[in-house]
Amino acid sequence: MAAFKDAILAGLVAALLALPMLGFHLGDSAQGLQLETHLELVPLAAAIVFAGRLALNLAAPWLAKWKDRAPAGKPKLETGVSRRPLYIGIAMAAAALILPLTPWGDRNILDKATLVLIYVMLGWGLNIVVGLAGLLVLGYAAFYAVGAYAFAILSQMGFSFWQCLPISGAVAALFGLLVGFPVLRLRGDYLAIVTLGFGEIIRVILLNWASFTGGPNGISSIPRPSFFGMPMTASSPGHTTFHEFFDIPFSPVQRIVLLYYVILLLALVTNLVSLRIRRLPVGRAWDALREDEIACRSLGINPTSTKLSAFALGTAFAGFAGCFFATRQGFISPESFSFIESAVILAIVVLGGMGSQTGVVLAAILLVGLPEWFRDLAQYRMIAFGGAMVLIMLWRPKGLLAGRTPTIRLNKGDAA
Amino acid sequence: MNYFLQQLINGVTLGAIYGLIAIGYTMVYGIIGMINFAHGDIMMIGAFISLIAFLVIAALGVTSVPLALVLVLVCALFFTSAYGWAVERVAYRRLRGSFKLAPLISAIGMSIVLQNGVQLVQGARVKPLAPVITGGIELSGAESSYPVTLGWLQIVIILLTVALMAGFTWLIQRTSLGRAQRATEQDMGMAMLLGINVDRVISMTFVIGAALAGVAGLMVTLYYGVVDFYIGFNAGMKAFTAAVLGGIGSLPGAMLGGLLIGLIEALWSGYGSIEYKDVAVFAVLILVLMFRPSGLLGKPEVEKV
Repeated sequence: MAAFKDAILAGLVAALLALPMLGFHLGDSAQGLQLETHLELVPLAAAIVFAGRLALNLAAPWLAKWKDRAPAGKPKLETGVSRRPLYIGIAMAAAALILPLTPWGDRNILDKATLVLIYVMLGWGLNIVVGLAGLLVLGYAAFYAVGAYAFAILSQMGFSFWQCLPISGAVAALFGLLVGFPVLRLRGDYLAIVTLGFGEIIRVILLNWASFTGGPNGISSIPRPSFFGMPMTASSPGHTTFHEFFDIPFSPVQRIVLLYYVILLLALVTNLVSLRIRRLPVGRAWDALREDEIACRSLGINPTSTKLSAFALGTAFAGFAGCFFATRQGFISPESFSFIESAVILAIVVLGGMGSQTGVVLAAILLVGLPEWFRDLAQYRMIAFGGAMVLIMLWRPKGLLAGRTPTIRLNKGDAA
Repeated sequence: MNYFLQQLINGVTLGAIYGLIAIGYTMVYGIIGMINFAHGDIMMIGAFISLIAFLVIAALGVTSVPLALVLVLVCALFFTSAYGWAVERVAYRRLRGSFKLAPLISAIGMSIVLQNGVQLVQGARVKPLAPVITGGIELSGAESSYPVTLGWLQIVIILLTVALMAGFTWLIQRTSLGRAQRATEQDMGMAMLLGINVDRVISMTFVIGAALAGVAGLMVTLYYGVVDFYIGFNAGMKAFTAAVLGGIGSLPGAMLGGLLIGLIEALWSGYGSIEYKDVAVFAVLILVLMFRPSGLLGKPEVEKV
């Protein structure tokens, strides 16, 4: 009965919310705004919410039981580091490596996989800052933009992708240091908002400094990467092209495959670096700093330089990813680096489970890959995206794969 | 001098609007320690509701402008509060006391849902509203080179803001709800033990914040004359900056911060470049946080082991 009452209440609230926004529509017409009434939608919305809430309420006991199911058996003492994530990781990398060779690896899939991999790389890069060092950064897309623009501007001076890749990373890291140095002593939320502000500043500058960045029109005709100096085009005067060298017929898919492997390589490097650096003293220091800054200071760890190293490393990877993004698109504009981009990347890190490398992959596929399939439903895509963020957080506040699992689990009964 | 005066008037008007939105941020942050990222979008919802209410009331045949304004104000207050309540209930309540980033991500998700939801049901086009309150007082003589005008609309906005702030201060200082709110802010667990319905207090916080944002939405609609689904982000960002500038968690701080942000924006647009006005606002934010991290009126936070 209580479930029923609650559902009625939810339905009434839905009707209240729907009345102004769904019940009336501001239509455009030649005379200005035209008010259209769709009051029939209001009871419809209320009915849907009522039904959904009722179903959820009735299912709640089962859901709770399912969630609380206790692990069977005696508490097990896990010693050392579990090897399982390593095997999963290797399997995933192997699958990604052979994807272009399989029958599924057509142009369309590879394009989408490349996009997902960009976000996987960005997620892993941000994970160093947010997941490992515990610094909440809401302006990560700014460094991504710095990398992309560094390459785009240098490419106009005749530099190639491979020459610019390290430069982009270095420039982004430099920006990271410049921003990080004054603000890293701020605590969590303030740091988040300052990085957000910085992200907006970068975007506004990119938008308005037209002589340098092309303003809102952006920069186009950014060169594509070459394969060890061999361009991936049908013909190129003065150069041996890729298909001529290997004596195979030219196909535009070759370029897409190359792009796919480049980003796969970049992403794997990001992953490897962040996995290995966690075991270094600086990685341990990040872990410790995230847990307790005061304790760290009293142990002689310099919080500023430790945080700065995480920040610089994370932003360097954003720069690499930006450089790749620019070469893949061939065109960049400030539009691509809005706040929503930062939010998506942060969402990937948090939804995946902070600090979990596999979680980032999972979340990137879910948040970036999945919506790509529903391009036709573009209007609903972003609503579903935001809704998924809310629902995943409600369902698993620690992310899909919580990264730091305790080493010992106790059964509920034994806890006392 | 006249030019400066004009910018000052514009800045105060703008600051009043930012201040109203900033209160929602600062209250929520004070009580549950989260950045309610969807608050700017609640303001946007308020703006849309006001616009729709104007058209509905005009269609019903109300011709008196003051009456129409009051009716629209009531509508905006009521429906926007309902949105504020619903957002808290759906997206934040279950995450209370969970790990710190979860509500922030949920709030960002909610902001995306609200923006795109409004875009879906109301269309992506910019919605114009013909000026409702026109005219004003000429403050300078006609002979001066740069006439200074204080619009009636600006007077209405500033007076309404002052009235709301006064009412709000009274609510927090004198009523039992305000007392419960302050108690919850200080120590949620203890407040709960003393029989305060913390869930209700937090819900009411969101309702009050959303109501003020709804009024701000009405003001934005009237002041700029255009509304679209994206206005919440920018205004929300600036209002949040205002809250941080004043010292987050501090209510007078939010009002002061809003005023300062409005002034900075107006003066920068007037004397610097209008394109870079957002840069000026954020640069001020960064500078304040660097040199006075607890804001102008905020209490410095002592971190204990």
